[in-house]
Amino acid sequence: MTLLNLCLALPVAGFLLILAIPKENHRAIRTAALAVSLLVFGLSLGLAVRFDTSLPAYQFVTNVPWIASPAIRYHVGIDGLSLWLVILSTLLTPVGVLVSWRYIDRRVKEFYALLILMESGLIGVFVALDLFLFYVFWEVSLIPMYFLIGVWGHERRIYAAVKFFLFTMAGSVLMLAAIIYLYTQAATFDYPAILSLVAEGRLRFSPLEETLLFLGFFLAFAIKVPLFPLHTWLPDAHVEAPTAGSVILASVMLKMGTYGLLRFSLPLFPSASREHAPWIAVLAIIGIIYGALVAMVQPNMKKLVAYSSVSHLGFVVLGIFSFTQLGLDGAVYQMLNHGISTGALFVLVGFLYERRHSLEIADYGGVATPAPNLAVVFMITTLASIGLPVLNNFVGEYLVLQGTAQVNFRWTVFAAIGIILSACYMLWLYQRAFFGAAPEPVRAHVHDLSPREWSAILPLVVLMVWMGTATQTFLPPIGAANARILEHTRQNVEFHVKQRPPGAASAEVARAR
Amino acid sequence: MSQYYTTTDHFVLVPALMLALFGCAVLLFEVLVFPHPRQRKWLLLFVLLGLAFAGAGVWRQQNFLASQGIEELTAFGGTLTVDGFAIFFNWIFLAASLIVTLISYRYLEVEGEHHGEYYGLILLANCGMFFLATGTDLITLFIGLELMALCFYILVGFLREDRRSNEAALKYLLLGAFSSGFLVYGFSVLYGLAGSTKLRAVADALASREPWDPVVFLALATTAVGLLFKISAVPFHMWAPDAYEGAPTTVTAYLSVGSKAASFALLLRVFLMPLGAAREVWEPLLAAVAVATMTVGNLAAVTQTNIKRLLAYSSISHAGYILLGLIAGNETGIKGVLVYILVYTFMNLGAFLVVVALRRKDLLGEDLDDLAGLVYKSPGYAILMLIFLLSLAGIPPTAGFIAKYYIFLALIETRHYVLAVIGTLYVAVAIYYYFRIVRSMFLAPLADTGPLTTSFGLRLALVVTGVLTLGIGIYPEPFLGFAQTSLAR
Repeated sequence: MTLLNLCLALPVAGFLLILAIPKENHRAIRTAALAVSLLVFGLSLGLAVRFDTSLPAYQFVTNVPWIASPAIRYHVGIDGLSLWLVILSTLLTPVGVLVSWRYIDRRVKEFYALLILMESGLIGVFVALDLFLFYVFWEVSLIPMYFLIGVWGHERRIYAAVKFFLFTMAGSVLMLAAIIYLYTQAATFDYPAILSLVAEGRLRFSPLEETLLFLGFFLAFAIKVPLFPLHTWLPDAHVEAPTAGSVILASVMLKMGTYGLLRFSLPLFPSASREHAPWIAVLAIIGIIYGALVAMVQPNMKKLVAYSSVSHLGFVVLGIFSFTQLGLDGAVYQMLNHGISTGALFVLVGFLYERRHSLEIADYGGVATPAPNLAVVFMITTLASIGLPVLNNFVGEYLVLQGTAQVNFRWTVFAAIGIILSACYMLWLYQRAFFGAAPEPVRAHVHDLSPREWSAILPLVVLMVWMGTATQTFLPPIGAANARILEHTRQNVEFHVKQRPPGAASAEVARAR
Repeated sequence: MSQYYTTTDHFVLVPALMLALFGCAVLLFEVLVFPHPRQRKWLLLFVLLGLAFAGAGVWRQQNFLASQGIEELTAFGGTLTVDGFAIFFNWIFLAASLIVTLISYRYLEVEGEHHGEYYGLILLANCGMFFLATGTDLITLFIGLELMALCFYILVGFLREDRRSNEAALKYLLLGAFSSGFLVYGFSVLYGLAGSTKLRAVADALASREPWDPVVFLALATTAVGLLFKISAVPFHMWAPDAYEGAPTTVTAYLSVGSKAASFALLLRVFLMPLGAAREVWEPLLAAVAVATMTVGNLAAVTQTNIKRLLAYSSISHAGYILLGLIAGNETGIKGVLVYILVYTFMNLGAFLVVVALRRKDLLGEDLDDLAGLVYKSPGYAILMLIFLLSLAGIPPTAGFIAKYYIFLALIETRHYVLAVIGTLYVAVAIYYYFRIVRSMFLAPLADTGPLTTSFGLRLALVVTGVLTLGIGIYPEPFLGFAQTSLAR
């Protein structure tokens, strides 16, 4: 049994363990959930330690038959792209457990059982190398989240849960059709095998076929990302979800979409991806600016952070569809950054909500006076989120901008506007919530961070600084994986050599001189 | 050809004989031997014995075919054929009858209509189903169909004091008789074409004719109307919601599973063998019917507030999906149809079992609101219901997903892309209405604090269907193999 299989199986075992604990014993349930999630996190760190960046192949591979005919295999493995996403999932699950410690006080057992079960589904999505298996994990991770939002959410939770579920399902059923079509063409669900068929030119699609298949996958991923204009489920889901649900949703679940784009869309459908890149990039840029503008006018903190996610994820999509090494590296780095910093923002907003029982920014003010440590941590997270150098987001955003600048400088300019806007809405939020005179309810209820809260937020803050300064810890595996993905996008792409009129050529030469 | 009753004939007929004998015995014994209501549990024992003997018969047939390495065994001069296909369906029928019997005892007591003939009718209906799966002769098939249908007409109206039940039975009887008329007319035309009632002879006769021959078309159209009525395909589905709602819930469960599976067995036999030659004629017709069936089933289910009606529309839409497998028609497609019917049997039965448990003396337990907050009251039932609903919707890792997957795979293999996309899109619609039930169970506050009507049989049946629904989804291999062997024709 490889380390990776342990990471997948342990949460399921933990789920069963929690189910076995009597439901009145809240303490034991919480402790068990924390212990299991920490253990899985420890194991996943082992993945990072034993991961060999120099190897081009997938590592920690398990490949055994599951269904004989048509051949569906349990085929899992990781490369530099999935490695960090797996660790991100395993890191944020204990954080989710810790922030729910007090917050969840009814149906405690079910909550933690679902949270731990979901971890397995999330890891599975990032490690599955069989398309069928990938689809199974993709769907399995949905159901716990539906319940986390629907049962433990705020007032409009049912509406939000149903909307979340229907949006995601509508996209993914078409992906299933596309996967089955791929199977009938390639006669296998095994992803590396399909890729090598594509690379060798033995599996070729007509332009129409490729476009439809690309769109089938793309729609599922774009809804999950979420790309403008498919983002409308996200603010509802975030605002209504409990803190742990928001954290996992923002930090990990949204990455399923961008991961899918990188892992499947680009290598499988290189021509279609390149062909559709312009309008996708435009949508991403609209998302960046639109998300930031809408975030600015939100009176509700969680909604503000949710719209900022739309903006941040726009950067990721833009980086992916730049088709440059820098852009892809930046996109993956930004996926991790967003997981850390937006996750931290949701954690902190959750802390504030636990104290004041309100998400309205207007109900706060002067929080820095009664809770200076909380204010400092929030400040660091805010600065990280707006891309201050030395903190993590700067690296990702810089790489994305640099990558897109190589392709289309206008995109870079518009995307950079998003960064300025992000400084506006985040600093304005900080100013309104933390500075000024503290009203009576804030002084009465808002206290500083407790040890448990420190333990939830501190790892994230450390990572913000670490990822912002020591990028070489994280980038080499990502770069190697991205280089291979880019290599695939160059194969079997149709080339059109156009003969230029002589006049145009000479004008260009003149300009060059 | 022997005129007499040979050993082979007997060997093939044993399951039906057992079902008929025990069915009649139950009817007689209720009057003569066990007249007292307290003695009814002995009748239950008879039913179980009958099912066990029938099962043993099927088991011996299966072993015989396997040990001799032959694909089929014909009896009564080609009137009955035992092959993998028949055995596969017979196991499904027996399993459905067993589960329905287990849950009926307590339910009928709650309804206050506990009579022994109920069990006799179940066994006789199962006997009819046997002939539908095994028969390869038009007359045998028709008699099997009528035997099953007559039992169901009575069972649907079994709640004598309940107006809804009476109305449902009458509606079902009138429309059913009408459709049987169509079917028998179609059969008579087929006989006229072939000069024989044997399916094989009919197939030979049709193969020598043009597919668009008007007489063939007449036979095809009328037969199709009769068959599509039985599987409640649109536009012949009108009876289903009313019959499902009015019938006792246990009968609804049996009707939606047993009757539908048996009708599909008949449909497959008739469409693949004698009418197979005219595939180019019926394929577009069935495709239109399948799309209409999925559309009406899924869209009408969205607004239902009665769970039985909702499940009725959902079962209409499932008939559409199963038809899609037949339209694809390649090996994957037919395998998909068989897997789908197998999976559907367990998941649909399971969903109805939970509805059965909701019925109390003072509560109808059919409204969506009656399920509100079920998870607070009985989490086990709520979680099992969730598994059944996820499976009905086709979400992995449940069995329903595997079933739908085979249908879609077959459609794409045979280049029916539009049908595949329509089918997948309706999955999203289906999720909406199945999740209305989930929402009610898990997210709504607890409305009714009274206890569920439960019994050992019900709990056992729930666990079995639940384990199978999840188990086939996680490890489908043995069941797929079972469906594969039953295909070898």
